[in-house]
Amino acid sequence: MNSLFLAGQLFTGLSVASILLLAALGLALSFGLMRVINMAHGEFLMLGGYLTYLSSTLVGPGYLWLAFPMAFIGTALLGMLLEATIIRRLYGRPLDTLLATWGVSLILQQAARQLFGSTGVPVVAPAWLSGAVTVHGGPFDSLTFPYVRLFVIGLAALVLLCMWLILSRTRFGLHVSAVNQNREVAASLGINTRRIDLLVFALGSGVAGVAGVGLALLAPVNPTIGASYIVNAFLVVVVGGVGSVLGGGVAALLVGFFTALAEGLTSVSLAAAIVLVAVIAFLQFRPKGLFSVKSRALEEG
Amino acid sequence: MTNRTLFASGLTLLLTLGTSGALAQGTVKIGVLHSLTGTMSISEITVANATQLAVAEINAAGGVMGKQVTVVKEDGASDWPTFANKVDKLLSQDKVAAVFGGWTSASRKAMLPVVEKQGGLLFYPVQFEGNECSKNIIYSGAQPNQQALPALDWALSKGYKNIFLLGSDYVYPRTANLVLKKHILAQKAAVAGEEYVALGGTEFSSVINKIKAAKPDVIINTLNGDSNVAFFKQYQAAGYTAASLPVISFSIAEQEAQAIGPQLLSGQYAAWNYFQSLPNASNAKFVKAYKAKYGASSVVTDPMIHGYVDVYLWKAAVEKAKSFDPTAVRRAISGVSLNTALGKVTVDPNGSLTQSVYIGQSGTGGQFKIVSSSKGVVAPQPYDALAFPGKTCTGM
Repeated sequence: MNSLFLAGQLFTGLSVASILLLAALGLALSFGLMRVINMAHGEFLMLGGYLTYLSSTLVGPGYLWLAFPMAFIGTALLGMLLEATIIRRLYGRPLDTLLATWGVSLILQQAARQLFGSTGVPVVAPAWLSGAVTVHGGPFDSLTFPYVRLFVIGLAALVLLCMWLILSRTRFGLHVSAVNQNREVAASLGINTRRIDLLVFALGSGVAGVAGVGLALLAPVNPTIGASYIVNAFLVVVVGGVGSVLGGGVAALLVGFFTALAEGLTSVSLAAAIVLVAVIAFLQFRPKGLFSVKSRALEEG
Repeated sequence: MTNRTLFASGLTLLLTLGTSGALAQGTVKIGVLHSLTGTMSISEITVANATQLAVAEINAAGGVMGKQVTVVKEDGASDWPTFANKVDKLLSQDKVAAVFGGWTSASRKAMLPVVEKQGGLLFYPVQFEGNECSKNIIYSGAQPNQQALPALDWALSKGYKNIFLLGSDYVYPRTANLVLKKHILAQKAAVAGEEYVALGGTEFSSVINKIKAAKPDVIINTLNGDSNVAFFKQYQAAGYTAASLPVISFSIAEQEAQAIGPQLLSGQYAAWNYFQSLPNASNAKFVKAYKAKYGASSVVTDPMIHGYVDVYLWKAAVEKAKSFDPTAVRRAISGVSLNTALGKVTVDPNGSLTQSVYIGQSGTGGQFKIVSSSKGVVAPQPYDALAFPGKTCTGM
């Protein structure tokens, strides 16, 4: 591997990490904090993509600024609906939640098929994101950093920062920690635990929607796209340590760089297998992930 | 009434009912087996539609040998064992005269042993990797020498000597590339690289980085499904255009162009035996009929027209053999020739079609402009001479 190729792969690693992080962040809240196994998480990402498509048909160029709030609010509302009707009845029953949310994911996929067709919808990056930063001269001549990928990296970092700030620096975040550490005591102190559950799940869903906007710029938007994210999302959350949002960030970086390295040295299809084997081996030594959290408190993150 | 009278009138009644029953059986059943659900449904539902359009037209014109054709439609659900189960059901329980279906090579290979064991006849409408020769399958889709190799010849004629092979990781791209590599080297051109991404994979950053390092003149693309959408988005994000690095694809037709977005695909190439833009009267009639039945915004693709033409080929063979028996039909179909929207097609004794090859360039609205056509029809070659030397297919 010459240095130009290596540099290109390093950027690939960062880009893949940002995509993994976006896919996993919403899940870090619902699964990491609330231990809800939400198998419809991939479909929330898909919904973010479809809402991006809708905003592009409504507004035309410059749709991105509408897409973000639309996706956040749309998926957050859907998440609230899901929590209030189904999830709330199944707390403490993880296998039932898994099955129920799996059913919801199938319903959402079919709804997407009915409304938008099975072929998928086109989402094209806006004009100001077309193009790339190109290095000229020196050992890294012709190294390119596509604007779209830089944007997605920035988006992932921003969302991670916002989530961490919300959970560690606001009253809401304090209440969330309290409820997760000891539900009964938190309730006895006047915290509305049902409302906290609802809001955390809604926040996780909204984050997934926002992630879907970014992902739609690089990947397809069709009814089955959720399935391609869900496994990696759980993988990142588990490797990072269930309950640690920043742990998810570190895990995404590690998995992203390792994937890029494997793909560079071998082939893309072999690299996928290598990464999975490495993750399994890692979990044998550290079953609780990178940042094992004894309680579900977030301020340690 | 005496017992004898009773018996006689009963017998007369039975005979009358029996003969009228036989006269009422003026129908023949065929099976249509495609993925109506699951990941392949986006491609296969429209092929099933086109097949049923042909049946409707044939019935309106009086049916086959005076019999109306009834369709028994089954769902393969994008699951290959299901294809095997359903084709078994169609042949053994429904006793269909022929089955029209399949898309992926995996589904065809799952159906193959069942169809052979039951002595049925399967019409397979999709381009594939060749390397198969069953007397129970009519392979109407393009063999490698009717799609991949003409595309290679076209690329070489444009001066593209350094070729990057990119595909999804399953039998069709791997076998097609095996054939292509032999011919690339035989023509003194170079393979810049060969990469496979898992079927449905959406991350191409490393692949694009490898492409950049290899500096090819053209990419020959056998990606299937969603991967194409992701690839073209990321290819454009990396700053490539059809002018700087053209891509010629084998699994992108008018329908996929809609999903990718015509803007992303603009100027790129595809190789098929048919494009919706073919300017013959038969095609105009077909497109009009399909849109009338399935919606004005429908687009028509190569596998769809093959599904449609397959029914007419079967009808012609039945009329030639004067029988619905699959063995007789298979014997009779050899040499059957029709003027279709594809142009003139003939069934070769080896069970594949002699048909034309076109290279199209994607333009506005996801339609393809034809930039190159084969000089006349190309005879099918199931076993490539360089990749599988010595093997022949007689179809008997």
